[in-house]
Amino acid sequence: MKVGLEHYLVVSGLLFCLGVLGVILRRNLLVLYMSLELMLNAANLALVAFSRFNDHLNGQVMVFFIITVAAAEVAVGLALIVALYRKRQSAHVEDLASLKL
Amino acid sequence: MSPADFAFYLLAGLTLLCGFLVVANPFSRSPVTSAMFLVLTIICLAGLFVLLHAFFLAAVQILVYAGAVMVLFLFVIMLLDLKEEDRRKFNRFGVGAGLASVAGLAGVLVLSVLKGRAAPGGINPSLEGSTSALGRVLFTEFVLPFEVVSLVLLVAMVGVILLSKKDLQ
Repeated sequence: MKVGLEHYLVVSGLLFCLGVLGVILRRNLLVLYMSLELMLNAANLALVAFSRFNDHLNGQVMVFFIITVAAAEVAVGLALIVALYRKRQSAHVEDLASLKL
Repeated sequence: MSPADFAFYLLAGLTLLCGFLVVANPFSRSPVTSAMFLVLTIICLAGLFVLLHAFFLAAVQILVYAGAVMVLFLFVIMLLDLKEEDRRKFNRFGVGAGLASVAGLAGVLVLSVLKGRAAPGGINPSLEGSTSALGRVLFTEFVLPFEVVSLVLLVAMVGVILLSKKDLQ
């Protein structure tokens, strides 16, 4: 069977679900961030596939922007984690529940 | 099956396998293992980008993600030196509910893709995402978002410096 758009979209959807699974299951903030990266990468794959199969370059430009914003987000997020770790000596979501009602 | 199709199935399988090992590795729950498998996932995704003729994005994926972002991740993991991950137990109800909801989401996504119609240009795609083509679009049509993104990066950098300063006046 010839590989078409729907093959790439299925892979992208499953990868996105793996990212969601990581955010739900894992309690370590760093692994949570990696799961976020997985979701962003799944969106990137879908955008590149759309771009290719619709003969338009806009999807690839969007991926470029997503990668940039993801890099900025990782930098700020990891700085926040390090700052939290300095205060609480932990990077687990259960220990960082001071905003909980 | 053509070589390109075979490469697609190989890379897609490897991507999903490594992605699964990032979130639920049965042998190790250390963040370092997760980060290493995330690097493998990113490299496989770059291979998929090459199959989609997005050559510049494949290079950027390797350089920025596998190079810069993952080095930052590993640096922070080593800096924090987390050891207590292994003795924590999973909440069984939470795991069941999470697995069920994610399975539902996967079902909805895959079904909606399979029920959809093919794109009009999907028979003979001719787009090439080379550096010059992407650069032309980026610096003509998308020049304002490009500048805004540079500002976002600057703000993020200043924010990180402020966050990691020891004592703010």
